[in-house]
Amino acid sequence: MTSVQTTSMTADAREALDRAGFSRRDFLKRSGALIVTFGAAGVVSNLGLTSDVVLAQGINGSPGTALDSWIAIAADGRVTAYTGKCEFGQGLFTAQTQLVAEELSVAIDRVTLIQCDTALTPDQGTTSGAQSHPANFNTSNLALAGATAREALVQLASVRLGVPIGELSANDGVVSAMSDSSKSVSYGELVGGKTFEIQLNPDARRKHPSTWRVLGTPVKRLDIPALATGQYEFVHNVRVPGMLHGRVVRPPAIGSNLIRVDESSVQGMPGLVKVVVRKNFVGVVADKPWQAVQAAAKLKVEWSAGTTLPAQRTFHDHMRKSPVRDGFTVDSGDVDATLASAARVVKATYLYPYQMHGSIGTACAVADVQGEKVTVYSASQAVHPLRNTTAMLLGVPPTDVRIIFKMGPGCYGVNGADTVSYDAALMSQSVGRPVRVQLARKDEMAWENYGLAYVVDQQVALDASGTIVAWDYAGWSPTRGGRPGGNAPGNVVTGFLAGFEPQRFQPRTPAPPPQGGFDNGSNTAPSYVTGCVGTECGGCGVVKSERVLNHTVESPFFTGPLRSPARLQNTFAHECFMDEIAASLKADPVEYRLRHLRDPRLRAVLRAAAEMAPWDVRPSPKPAARRTGVVTGRGVACVLYEGDNGYCANITEVDVNQDSGVITVKRCVVAMDSGPISNPDGIRNQVEGGTLQGVSRALLEEVSWGTDRVTSVDWRSYRPLYLGAAVPKVESILLNQTDVAAMGAGETAVTVTAAAIGNAFFDATGVRLREIPFTTERVKAALQRR
Amino acid sequence: MAVFNLRVNGRSHSVDVDPATPLLYVLSDDLELRGPKFGCGLSQCGACTVNIKGRAVRSCVTPISTLDNSEITTLEGLGSPESPHPLQQAFIDEQAMQCGFCINGVIMTAKALVDQTPNPTDAQIRQAMSTVLCRCAAHQRIFQAIRIYVQANAARRTA
Repeated sequence: MTSVQTTSMTADAREALDRAGFSRRDFLKRSGALIVTFGAAGVVSNLGLTSDVVLAQGINGSPGTALDSWIAIAADGRVTAYTGKCEFGQGLFTAQTQLVAEELSVAIDRVTLIQCDTALTPDQGTTSGAQSHPANFNTSNLALAGATAREALVQLASVRLGVPIGELSANDGVVSAMSDSSKSVSYGELVGGKTFEIQLNPDARRKHPSTWRVLGTPVKRLDIPALATGQYEFVHNVRVPGMLHGRVVRPPAIGSNLIRVDESSVQGMPGLVKVVVRKNFVGVVADKPWQAVQAAAKLKVEWSAGTTLPAQRTFHDHMRKSPVRDGFTVDSGDVDATLASAARVVKATYLYPYQMHGSIGTACAVADVQGEKVTVYSASQAVHPLRNTTAMLLGVPPTDVRIIFKMGPGCYGVNGADTVSYDAALMSQSVGRPVRVQLARKDEMAWENYGLAYVVDQQVALDASGTIVAWDYAGWSPTRGGRPGGNAPGNVVTGFLAGFEPQRFQPRTPAPPPQGGFDNGSNTAPSYVTGCVGTECGGCGVVKSERVLNHTVESPFFTGPLRSPARLQNTFAHECFMDEIAASLKADPVEYRLRHLRDPRLRAVLRAAAEMAPWDVRPSPKPAARRTGVVTGRGVACVLYEGDNGYCANITEVDVNQDSGVITVKRCVVAMDSGPISNPDGIRNQVEGGTLQGVSRALLEEVSWGTDRVTSVDWRSYRPLYLGAAVPKVESILLNQTDVAAMGAGETAVTVTAAAIGNAFFDATGVRLREIPFTTERVKAALQRR
Repeated sequence: MAVFNLRVNGRSHSVDVDPATPLLYVLSDDLELRGPKFGCGLSQCGACTVNIKGRAVRSCVTPISTLDNSEITTLEGLGSPESPHPLQQAFIDEQAMQCGFCINGVIMTAKALVDQTPNPTDAQIRQAMSTVLCRCAAHQRIFQAIRIYVQANAARRTA
């Protein structure tokens, strides 16, 4: 059943296998079967799919429990580890290498990490949703494999040396008797080149963070020297013998169908190999990339008219009027009554646009389809799921498809990596030779799975003392497609064009009562409610009368997870609204938050940021602010990301030029608690990048469209924060909690930035901005209404 | 098709391509260099930047036929992982990137700036970088790395 051609293995992987003394066939025997499971709401949210609508593969896949599928020791004692969570620029390759080195007590340069290859590595589903640390750095999977291997080695050494386990210690790949260092044996001598043949031991003990020597230290990223010198092999740099180059020809408008392709229009063009058509999918294959570009530009294709899109200007109202699929995050059943008897009710509505992943490089993949043997080099976050859907697309068994991860440009979610893998696979299948495809900028931007637009209606009931006694949230967000998961290639554009439907949208109203426990995976519930579902209360706050109703509507565009999907949008609405409530009571925003928070770790990050800033304790807005020229303000926001996966508080200082409408973010103090820190410099880099990306999304980014097509198709029509822009100084405070589980850190900081900026703007001007992005036009208009 | 001779990173090459072919395609496809990247093909992001006669040139919009035989330097022409250029070393020291896809454009743009303006002000650095995009938003570290290189460069010149 071998699905892999030896020639298609990368040199690194081959070398690692050789070093580890294994054949690939051994790995194939061990590779886990694809198991499709019903996802819980949080999982479904991470996958960008609508809850209950689809059968989703679990976000963390189905890794096996055989130690040999995770760790191998070569004859020279070198360690090779296999992981299904991969590097996307977040530093995970290095952090996982640190983890393995730490648990196995070897130097970091003795570890080779092989990541995300369906023929080699455990099926760990998707690398997303800041789930890699929870999955691999606690007491299962890679961390458990490391601990199991170390204990197994010590046990073997005990037998070999005749010394009790308790009197042995493992250091630098050697197990020695603590009392007599002459009694020692190396890992290579113990198991070198052989398999362990044991299962992961759930009782294997991880090293406590207080004893870490490699993990927890600011090890420099292992890949940066190659990146900085142009040696790093991105998926864009993969070259295989006989490789051709493909270029896609996408429809001109949403809903256009293919009528006719005039192949004679490109006949005789230099290097042209084939025009590939499958339903609405059109591509050209040529010997060289520039030839493919030219042929695609010249190819005459007739398309039907597109569909009329809802107007952008009124899109948020359009969502309110659309058929809905409703679900509750929480509903205590008494919200209407509490509102009716309230001393006062505060209301506001927040709006968020569609935004793009907008990766710096357009997506690229190389596919080699030789009959039923398929190899795809892909920057997908989900190699095992992609194996399944590629097989569906090509009509071959999944076991004959191998997906090999190669890094692409930062993706921040489901960018074009999956769709371009399908593009390359379809074209390669058609020509019977390897094909490399890199998308044109426009083809990527016009057809992305965009981050969600949102409408959030908020209202709270206040008692006579100004305490919140009921919180009522209703949110509308659009959906179409999403991650392909294990079974839906039509969730991204290429699969759709080739004839697969996106996951079907099924309206449902009213919402059934919430069940199965409190799941705040999309941060639809604010931090200030108790989050009680059944007998369990999972919220961070004290407000007992609580209702969070989510309306999902059909999107005209593909949607999918974009860094902090839904969580950023909802946190913007919650944290700005909390600020509005505090301002209406002339309460200090930090103190007012603390009054409604019971989670000690969320309180701790909020206090840490306030102390470091230092926070100017007083109500907003700032007294006696001028109405012209530049004014300054400070704002705060906090969150427990996904309801259980990383604490963060951000205090932001802004300048507002009231004449030009320009907001300049000056300083962001960001406190984080994600449990034990694997690499302090890595987490700082994530805090800085996440915060600045949050600034870009708060101030600038918005997908635009016309009557039948997206008009944000390049960096002029979708303008993010360039390097020349004035950016804030980001100061991170890391709360290193060593006696709790590791949480995610990649999506936490970006979640709170927009709200902190909006609140700082209010503090400076007394004007509330309730729609992202805070463009200069919107700022000026809001100031004029004052 | 036509034959073009070019010098890249100190080596001579001869390619037979369509005269309209952008330099980037020749560098990435014909010469298989990994430094210059296709980001947009529109001269809007900087990922494809190379240095020619000390200037930052966007290779994605530069047809091969418009070049004379001047030396072309790419990111891999500056230094290697074993022996990085001081500017590259500053980026390594500061861990000044995340995905690293933009970093070719960042470093090659900064290199051209400092070659032409040996001791640029922060405003001049920002101006030079104003059309370079980093989507991971590593702005803070990128500027720090450039400043460190500029300072070290100034110290070297006065030493």
